[in-house]
Amino acid sequence: MAGVCFYFQVHQPHRMKHYRIFDIGKKEDYFDEEKNKQILLKVAEKCYKPATRLIINLLNKHPEFKCCFSFSGVVLEQLEKYSPETLELFKEAVKTGRVEILSETYYHSLSFLYSKEEFLEQIKLHKEKIKEIFGYLPKVFRNTELIYNNEIAKFIEEQGYKGIIAEGADHLLQWRSPNFIYKPTNTKKIKLLLKNYRLSDDIAFRFSSREWNEWPLTAEKFSQWVSSINGNGTNINLFMDYETFGEHQWEDTGIFSFFEKLPEEILKNRDNSFKTPSELVKEYEPVGEIDAPHFISWADIERNLTAWLGNPMQDSASKKLYDLREKVFASKRKDLIEKWRKLTTSDHFYYMCTKWFNDGDVHKYFSPYESPYDSFISFMNILEDLETRVD
Amino acid sequence: MFGWEFPPFNSGGLGTACYGLVKSLSKKNIGLSLVLPFPYECDFAKIVNNHNFKNVKIKKLNYLLKPYTTSKIYNEDLKKIKKDKIHSNSLYEEVMRYASEAEDIAKSEEFDLIHAHDWLTYEAGIIAKEISGKPLVIHVHATEFDRTGGNGVNTFVYEVEKRGMEKADLIIAVSNFTKDKIIKFYGIDSEKIVVIHNAVENFSNKKYDFPLKDKNKIVLFLGRITIQKGPDYFIYMSKIVAEYIKNVKFVIAGDGDMKKFMVDKAGELGILDKYLFTGFLRGEDIEKAYKLSDVYVMPSISEPFGITPLEAMTNGTPCLISKQSGVSEVVTHALKTDFWDVEEMANKIIAVLKYKELSQSLKQNGLNEVKKFNWDEVAEKCIDVYSRLKG
Repeated sequence: MAGVCFYFQVHQPHRMKHYRIFDIGKKEDYFDEEKNKQILLKVAEKCYKPATRLIINLLNKHPEFKCCFSFSGVVLEQLEKYSPETLELFKEAVKTGRVEILSETYYHSLSFLYSKEEFLEQIKLHKEKIKEIFGYLPKVFRNTELIYNNEIAKFIEEQGYKGIIAEGADHLLQWRSPNFIYKPTNTKKIKLLLKNYRLSDDIAFRFSSREWNEWPLTAEKFSQWVSSINGNGTNINLFMDYETFGEHQWEDTGIFSFFEKLPEEILKNRDNSFKTPSELVKEYEPVGEIDAPHFISWADIERNLTAWLGNPMQDSASKKLYDLREKVFASKRKDLIEKWRKLTTSDHFYYMCTKWFNDGDVHKYFSPYESPYDSFISFMNILEDLETRVD
Repeated sequence: MFGWEFPPFNSGGLGTACYGLVKSLSKKNIGLSLVLPFPYECDFAKIVNNHNFKNVKIKKLNYLLKPYTTSKIYNEDLKKIKKDKIHSNSLYEEVMRYASEAEDIAKSEEFDLIHAHDWLTYEAGIIAKEISGKPLVIHVHATEFDRTGGNGVNTFVYEVEKRGMEKADLIIAVSNFTKDKIIKFYGIDSEKIVVIHNAVENFSNKKYDFPLKDKNKIVLFLGRITIQKGPDYFIYMSKIVAEYIKNVKFVIAGDGDMKKFMVDKAGELGILDKYLFTGFLRGEDIEKAYKLSDVYVMPSISEPFGITPLEAMTNGTPCLISKQSGVSEVVTHALKTDFWDVEEMANKIIAVLKYKELSQSLKQNGLNEVKKFNWDEVAEKCIDVYSRLKG
């Protein structure tokens, strides 16, 4: 039996305004509401709405079809504000009972690395938001950008979760397959689900690439790959950004019609099935232990933290941010606490990354700012302003 | 090859660029007859020996020509020279006389192709082409629209430039920025224009002690103080920066017709005490100026390329460059603004002086990036252009 487990990440940050040194002490609105609204509406039209309608149809057509979402709290609040009809579609899908929702930090933050207290608070806020919107209690956890190590697994187990999700990085698995359930080192009961990055990336990254020798990817072909895992695994974890559908892979690449046919093709082989993370955790026992002493993530070839941390700008910006936490909370100003938390979103640090910022790569690099330097300057100026307000 | 200025007798980037190109072409076994006007008083033999290029014959012409000359300056220069040593008395005649001497050279030299740098040599190039029937490449380092900022374009210069572009078999432009100007203002077919960006020579790793640096932050302007280089925008920017950074000093390295304006304006704005004027710098003093500074600013209103930011980067000095420059097309690790946006310029300069991680990142990434700009590669691309015309 090979259970296909789809998990889609849904997230949009609150992008900052271009915030100048002269604005410090004068301008309290840090976030570019207009731009955030525009981007959200665009992504909703191109991806969220058509893809979710498609998923609802698939759920109605195939009683065996299942999938899973993880929503950041910040995308949910933007959907509530700018596109409630999209949120209704998500609710409709969840109502079928065959769509799981994962637990994560409300602000899609790197807080585990800086403040366990903040990390827990943000998980709690997220839980409340999911309960409020979907009436749902998540049981499996995914950390921002699949950032993971032994310590996170243990910490999450202590919070009562039954499962945790991570990247099936080569150096973690070595000779082993991502298509089984594992036990994280130093834990008792929590189970680890690892992403099958080859098959996931075939859809998420390579789908429309004409240089790829498997292009064009059809539902038949992909289903054959899935079927070939039968006997060599219990689960195939296909984890990707939801924006894959219609935003990263545009509609004219055929991504929607591919996905529309996929359940039918996969289910043609009776040994195949669809599973949610909770089902996998319930049904299978670990086949081995995974030791992750160092942080991994699902980003880039390196699968480490260098997309968000490691250059001097990223490190000083995040240090200054978390150094401010105590003061911000001591002010008891709810508005400032919320703004501070919006700044913990990982995207702000991603925009400061300089490692691909060289000729040629520049087009692959998506950021609302002209350069990593511009985003750092706005971020630091905003922190200066926040500091003057809580001092 | 027709040039017009060459180190140590250069007043700007044109001489630097010609020198870099000639040196690399000579390494690649391209035989050059380099025709150059030299000042009367110089020891010609010594200069040629100093440079010691293989494959390069330097042909000396005695002229007053300066690349950035205007009729007014020319006439002033003329007065300084003893009448008997000079034969012509207007800029027009001077250009034509250069061309007629080129005629003799074209008749006596063996060559396969003519390469002429900037407008003063175009007529010479055209005549050499007519006599020899060999293809003509003109190398556009600047146009009259850059030098004048678009105001008070000299029609004689414009005509010479246009004729050169029309008669040339191929045009080398130092940037897309310049290519666009050639198309837009001179009506030249884009097919005829090849963009070859300039490069930079590696500076030494020498370290210096600067007592001035102990207590001050230094912002550098280095270049001719003329309208093209945006000294007025620099002044207005400096006024804002001085309000935010108390211990800032503005170092002005260079000379030009707007120096008096700068002094007067700085006085008027009450910041003259923050200004240091060094006059025109050469050799090691240029290197010292960069190393002394915390940030180099090139606020040019129209800069065909702009080698100075590359020089600053090789010296580990962060740069802020105007977007109206060729260099901003190819450099990513520099701060960029529109030349007219003095507030944003000030915002970024204050940030680089204030946030040391920003300065560190620009320095480190800049040192890495600038390695890719070398004259050998420029020479390689020129040789490609030559082969296109020969074959």
